[in-house]
Amino acid sequence: MKFFGFAAGVAATLTLLSTTSAFAVTQISWWHAMTGANAEVVGKISKDFNASQSDYELVPVFKGTYPETLNAGIAAFRAGQAPDILQVFDVGTGVMMAAEGAIKPVAEVMTGAGMSFDKSQYLPGIVGYYSKPDGTMLSFPYNSSSPILYYNKGIFQKAGLDVNNPPKTWNEVWEAAKKIKTSGAAPCGYTSTWLTWIHLENFAAWNDVSWATQQNGLAGGDVELKINAPIFVNHFQALADLAKDGTFKYGGRTSEAKQIFLAGECGIFTESSGGLGDIVKSGMNYGIGQLPYDTDAKGAPQNTTPGGASLWVFGNKSDDQYKGVAAFFAYLSKTDVQEYLHQKSGYLPVTLAAYEATKKSGFYDKNPGRETPILQMTGKAPTDNSKGVRLPNLPQVRDIQNEELEKMLAGQQTAQQALDNAVTRGNAAIKEALEN
Amino acid sequence: MIGQSPLRTFIAHAVLILGILIVAFPIYYTFVASTHTLQTILRPPLPLLPGGQLWNNYSEALFGGIGRIGGVSVGQLLLNTTIMALGVAVGKICISILSAYAIVFFRFPLRMTFFWLIFITLMLPVEVRILPTYKVMVDLGMIDTYAGLIIPLIASATATLLFRQFFMTIPGELLEAARVDGAGPWRFFFDILLPLSRTNIAALFVILFIYGWTQYLWPLLVTNSNDMNTIVIALRKMVSFADADTEWHLVMVTAMLAIVPPILVVVLMQRWFVRGLVESEK
Amino acid sequence: MAPQLAITLVFFYWPAGQALYQSMLRQDPFGLRTRFVWFANFRKVLADPAYLNSIQVTVVFSFATAIVAMCVALLLAVMAEKAVRGKGLYRTLLIWPYAVAPAIAGMLWLFLFNPSIGSLAYLLRSLGIAWDPLLNGTHAMILLVSAAAWKQISYNFLFFVAGLQAVPKTLIEAAAMDGAGETKRFWTIVFPLLAPTTFFLLVVNTVYALFDTFGIVHAVTGGGPGKATETLVYKVYNDGFVNLILGDSAAQSVILMAIVIALTAIQFRYVERKVHYG
Repeated sequence: MKFFGFAAGVAATLTLLSTTSAFAVTQISWWHAMTGANAEVVGKISKDFNASQSDYELVPVFKGTYPETLNAGIAAFRAGQAPDILQVFDVGTGVMMAAEGAIKPVAEVMTGAGMSFDKSQYLPGIVGYYSKPDGTMLSFPYNSSSPILYYNKGIFQKAGLDVNNPPKTWNEVWEAAKKIKTSGAAPCGYTSTWLTWIHLENFAAWNDVSWATQQNGLAGGDVELKINAPIFVNHFQALADLAKDGTFKYGGRTSEAKQIFLAGECGIFTESSGGLGDIVKSGMNYGIGQLPYDTDAKGAPQNTTPGGASLWVFGNKSDDQYKGVAAFFAYLSKTDVQEYLHQKSGYLPVTLAAYEATKKSGFYDKNPGRETPILQMTGKAPTDNSKGVRLPNLPQVRDIQNEELEKMLAGQQTAQQALDNAVTRGNAAIKEALEN
Repeated sequence: MIGQSPLRTFIAHAVLILGILIVAFPIYYTFVASTHTLQTILRPPLPLLPGGQLWNNYSEALFGGIGRIGGVSVGQLLLNTTIMALGVAVGKICISILSAYAIVFFRFPLRMTFFWLIFITLMLPVEVRILPTYKVMVDLGMIDTYAGLIIPLIASATATLLFRQFFMTIPGELLEAARVDGAGPWRFFFDILLPLSRTNIAALFVILFIYGWTQYLWPLLVTNSNDMNTIVIALRKMVSFADADTEWHLVMVTAMLAIVPPILVVVLMQRWFVRGLVESEK
Repeated sequence: MAPQLAITLVFFYWPAGQALYQSMLRQDPFGLRTRFVWFANFRKVLADPAYLNSIQVTVVFSFATAIVAMCVALLLAVMAEKAVRGKGLYRTLLIWPYAVAPAIAGMLWLFLFNPSIGSLAYLLRSLGIAWDPLLNGTHAMILLVSAAAWKQISYNFLFFVAGLQAVPKTLIEAAAMDGAGETKRFWTIVFPLLAPTTFFLLVVNTVYALFDTFGIVHAVTGGGPGKATETLVYKVYNDGFVNLILGDSAAQSVILMAIVIALTAIQFRYVERKVHYG
């Protein structure tokens, strides 16, 4: 096995070379799933943090997509090689919370390192989502976004719609979409990414109706879905009716529909606030509005919930490492760092101070779309229906919902049937996940 | 050569051109995308003809934007990927040809058992064994090493099966003749079997080199140091579909960079095929 | 042979054993709580109607993919042998698309074959076909088979070309002198001589369609619409890698492994008998 020896030799040499610089400082590993411009932001923040002090060296490592990163973290934990910090997407929150022995709550990391941790400085809608029912903060929110409405001003003009007045309610969206279609301004009126996140989870929060029992799963495990209530059924039946003649166009389960909007095929579009970058760069004449609400809902609009990811700290590390992690989180909370993160990446700022500072700098006057999701999330104090949703198996439940909704959009079942099936199958899956 | 009617020749060419259109289209399209502005790429559908940004995009990518991806130089990325691809190709061919040689030409107890033991591994999906395999790598201290990147990928039965299929077509008389001439098993292997296997080895080398070159999930898992990244991982890091801006025009140029080396391998190995042809027609 | 056995044992049988053990456990992803449940996972999986649907989908998908990929590749390889002029060029052009990494191909997907805005979809719609793989299960399956077969064509082509090289030209010329037509020459002489290669590719393509296609399913249809394209391997991947239900996923892969071993044993027993060596 000559080649084995050679490879191992080269590898050993390289490993030696790359680790010699790390003797004096404590290394903090951070596995993340950030790509594109966001990967550059990770690199810049790490570099600046390392330059700002000399005790710790933060090493960011890209570990693939969100599910890939989570799996890498799990595999590493099981092999006793867990990183210090792992970035986990919103739907993985339930999984991480259930793994109590594996993780160390962020609140404990901070106080353990002798640092004060004042929750009131952070945006309540975001912090609430990443906390235990008793209020202990478990993970550090790194990137958050929320769904908003985009529209194509050129198409609006052609269809004779008010270019400066995007639809505010779902009924107005349906009317505008029909007008776009019948006037021939565009082949389709409305499309949306992430039906489960936008039209179920955020629809419930924004209209202040229950998505599931137990405060949508935040208060306890024994959860039953409530998404076959009349308000959901009416909403989806309207969507299914519009899909029949192509007034509503389905683009796929995640963010594929963005391409349809970019191509100028549809006039109105709901998508994460994080999708703004591509739309700006495409050079389209676009406008932005708040996520539409349902006029049948009494409390609407309430507040929207965050999507995105947060940073989790693994257990069983040395005190030095925890001190380093705490120092990094303190650095990350600084107003200028948050301001940079918010303005450069398009994610929401985590602290109120960073929001105020950005506002003062005039950034939102130049980029009005960037403030919309913050206003949506902070407008009202969250209710039991609008703190977010949490399940040990949220990805699986979303799959089930997607399958039933697709059958509905294909005309194989009504909205009532689709949502009833989604509830029955979803509840069974939740029950089973709890048994494990 | 046998004569052919012009019509049949024409059909052959037509079918081939159609096949190329279908099979090669994605690469052509990547190239097309790499010659357009970011705006054009972002507003589908993408035109079918190259745009006028060839020089701009490539010079921006090569001399400006992507000299380093995620803090690692492109040279280092290509070096890592090359070592991994060569290691996988050479290693797998060596051990498989030996195994197949043993299985086909030697009679020893449990011969078929061994064959099946190896063969069944063909049927173990990567995702099933990825967690346990990862654990083995950690225990052996092979995280962040080239050996860790390469060796687990070597152990699969595809190549062994191919050599077995090929060796079985070799007439037994050849072996007998060699034995009569007093050639030992090693002489037979090097003087007769290896030269005969050349086209198959060349074909396999192409496939395996590309297999090693294009790996994504495994290198992602077993490397914790950015310096050990491969070009495919770096490329994926540049691309964001959901929440971030992506410099698509530069991504497309990098994608072209990432597929040029394997294409070179294919083109160079092509000569081995042609030589095989010339010799068989003697 | 020893080196391959050693590597195989360490990197396959050890993990495979673990997978087998895992299939009898109920465990949270981090391995903090573990219960040994014997065959409960298997019973659960086999009683699930979604799993039975998935078997049906897989049979259609694998069969179609293997047939399409091999037939197209064989046709192209034979044509490439015939075309005297530009033979090398054709061959090169047909092989190098294989050099595109699946991870990159998945990325291009959005621009190319995306059901709603890819150029392919545009072409079909401008031909007046109501192409909607996002909601029409049959369209989704056609799309998936083409994508999976497309990826395998270059591979098969390469081996068919290598196989055709090995067919002695003297044999063909002798047959031609006996007055055998081109089609007859192919089926009576060339094709039987290609049998070992064809058999190898049959095994490889079956295994490919069954195991190596989760990435394609993931990129192209995500198992949808509904569950119309959820193949067995995609279910293994999705349940284990995304939904983190390790026990179910392991049980499914053990079943899958058993199916493929049985299939291959049948292929070896009945198909290989008809293969002529030497």
